[in-house]
Amino acid sequence: MRLSLEPRVQNSRVMRVVSPLIAAVLTVAFSVVLFTLLGRDPWVALYTYFVGPLDSLYGVGEWLLKAAPLLLIAMGLAVGFRANVWNIGAEGQLTLGAICGGGVALAFYGHGGWWLLPLMVVAAAIGGAAWAAIPAFLKTRLNTNEILTSLMLVYVASHLLQYLVHGPWRNPQGFNFPQTKAFTAWAALPVVVPGTEINIATVATILVVPLGWLLLNRMFLGFQIKVSGLSAGAADYAGFSRSRLVWSTLLLSGALSGLAGLFQVAGPIGMLQPQISPGYGFTAIIVAFLGQLEPVGILLASLLVALLYVGGDQVQIALHLPSAVAGLFQGLLLFLVLGTDVLIRYRVRLRRAPAGEAVDA
Amino acid sequence: MPDSGLVIAVVVATVQAGTPLAMAALGELIVERSGVLNLGVEGMMLMGAVTGFIITVVTHNALLGILAAMGAGMAMAAVFAVLTQVLIANQVATGLALTIFGGGLSAFVGLHYTGISLPELAALPIPWLSALPGVGPALFSFDGLVYVSWALPVLVYWFLYRSRAGLVLRAVGESPDVAHSLGYPVIGIRCLAVLFGGALAGLGGAYLSLAYTPLWQQGMTAGRGWIALALVVFATWRPGLVMVGAYLFGFVTVAQYQGQGMGLNVPTDWLAMLPYLATIVALVLISADRTRVRLNAPASLGRAFHAAT
Repeated sequence: MRLSLEPRVQNSRVMRVVSPLIAAVLTVAFSVVLFTLLGRDPWVALYTYFVGPLDSLYGVGEWLLKAAPLLLIAMGLAVGFRANVWNIGAEGQLTLGAICGGGVALAFYGHGGWWLLPLMVVAAAIGGAAWAAIPAFLKTRLNTNEILTSLMLVYVASHLLQYLVHGPWRNPQGFNFPQTKAFTAWAALPVVVPGTEINIATVATILVVPLGWLLLNRMFLGFQIKVSGLSAGAADYAGFSRSRLVWSTLLLSGALSGLAGLFQVAGPIGMLQPQISPGYGFTAIIVAFLGQLEPVGILLASLLVALLYVGGDQVQIALHLPSAVAGLFQGLLLFLVLGTDVLIRYRVRLRRAPAGEAVDA
Repeated sequence: MPDSGLVIAVVVATVQAGTPLAMAALGELIVERSGVLNLGVEGMMLMGAVTGFIITVVTHNALLGILAAMGAGMAMAAVFAVLTQVLIANQVATGLALTIFGGGLSAFVGLHYTGISLPELAALPIPWLSALPGVGPALFSFDGLVYVSWALPVLVYWFLYRSRAGLVLRAVGESPDVAHSLGYPVIGIRCLAVLFGGALAGLGGAYLSLAYTPLWQQGMTAGRGWIALALVVFATWRPGLVMVGAYLFGFVTVAQYQGQGMGLNVPTDWLAMLPYLATIVALVLISADRTRVRLNAPASLGRAFHAAT
């Protein structure tokens, strides 16, 4: 008797839903083991991790505030991943969005008006898209791998931000802290739910779910993306332009990442500072895969992974465990999602070895 | 004419900065030659760095630390091998997961070891050469790991082009279906290659935390794993060129610090961008020649293999 994998003719629809659930359950099982090994009561730890953060309105606000950027970035990345365009530099595009949008806020410091926020939004989207345009140009014109170039640009963007907040943009009255001036009220996203920090952008982010669905299922570009992801040869034969796909998916994900960056600095942070994101650009990759690269799936995945962030902070305070535990769980979850993904594409068969053949398992 | 003392100092620093890159890149070269793309080098290096550091602090034995670092790299690589080779998961996504996981796990494991520093690895002068007047003592008395990094490309070259096993490995990377039909265990060979890559990435990490800057700091690899990946492309999958590339990048890193030291009137953050920008420029220069890349890249790179039984 041995286990073997048989390719399915069509991907299993049931498993598409069930396999991420299996992965989530296995992650919880692993975490019970981990907490026990660390000498903590696993059930208290799990409660603190997953339920504790949500027992107050403020907690729910923090949760949604972290889910929104993940959703925004992951949706853009998923569209690219569908077409086998691997933008993994979203963190850098987020940084450029924050720099450009925040730069507008600082440039018009003291000259507020209703027009300032929309201008910042446009600047951030352009900044993020421009940063993603570099790997797009290098990929389409000079055949350079977009994984490596987009990733290298993350470090470049980070040093650019360091330079700005330590140098020309530093608040002269800031006691030498590496920070810009705090944005004025016109440049800050208005809070919509009193008692929380949920702002207008947090709420508006939900719009990317229907828009993403429309793009993938009702638009020609979405069709091209799907076809070229499933079979590059078929896309070529149909005459779809590969370089146009690379450009459009990279610009889209760059712009969305840039917006996510702006929503951090114009929202909860309120200024530019060296650290503006706890790695949302990288975590969004996990969210995209956990959500099976589908809009609704990504919405649910962003909520779950955001809970890992918020819960990580809670665990740190309540159980004196390092917040790095969150990174650990995120990696573990992604491993399990990728591992259980096999169930979608393959059927697991228990086979009796035919007579005469040696049993090797 | 710069004084010879400065030149020697720059050469020594270049070799030291290039060594971890060379180790990780030579490991990844073998992995990619077998047709597998493991983007988790950064995560494996971090785990190697933290494991090597902890074991050395606890046992006061750097050799044990180095071996443990290689073991940690292999353990990470084993996770990747199971997911991509047995469970046929997407290699790009799994590699990214390995990097994210390695970052989290190493930060978690090394939490109580930040702020401790170790003595540098003892230098092992080469007899005769290190006695050369002037340059000898500086250029030929590195620590043992540097000599290991000089032996590695020779061994890798010999393995790939002069041994039967290397021929099989290259066949698996070029055409897994043909290798399979000849009776070679494609999955097994790829798993071994991935484990070797993990061991060398772990070794590169250990060099960082035991020799280069003998301390542990969260995320201390600072993108070196990714630069190592870029180096493999830059070297068009050839071991000799990996060494050239590693020292080239080492020099860029050193030039950045030298520039600061010589009072160059450029903000430090601009200089710190140099290694990353240099990586992009180098990749562009190599990749723009499409035929050259296509001729040298393993034909099945990054594609999953599932034998139809």
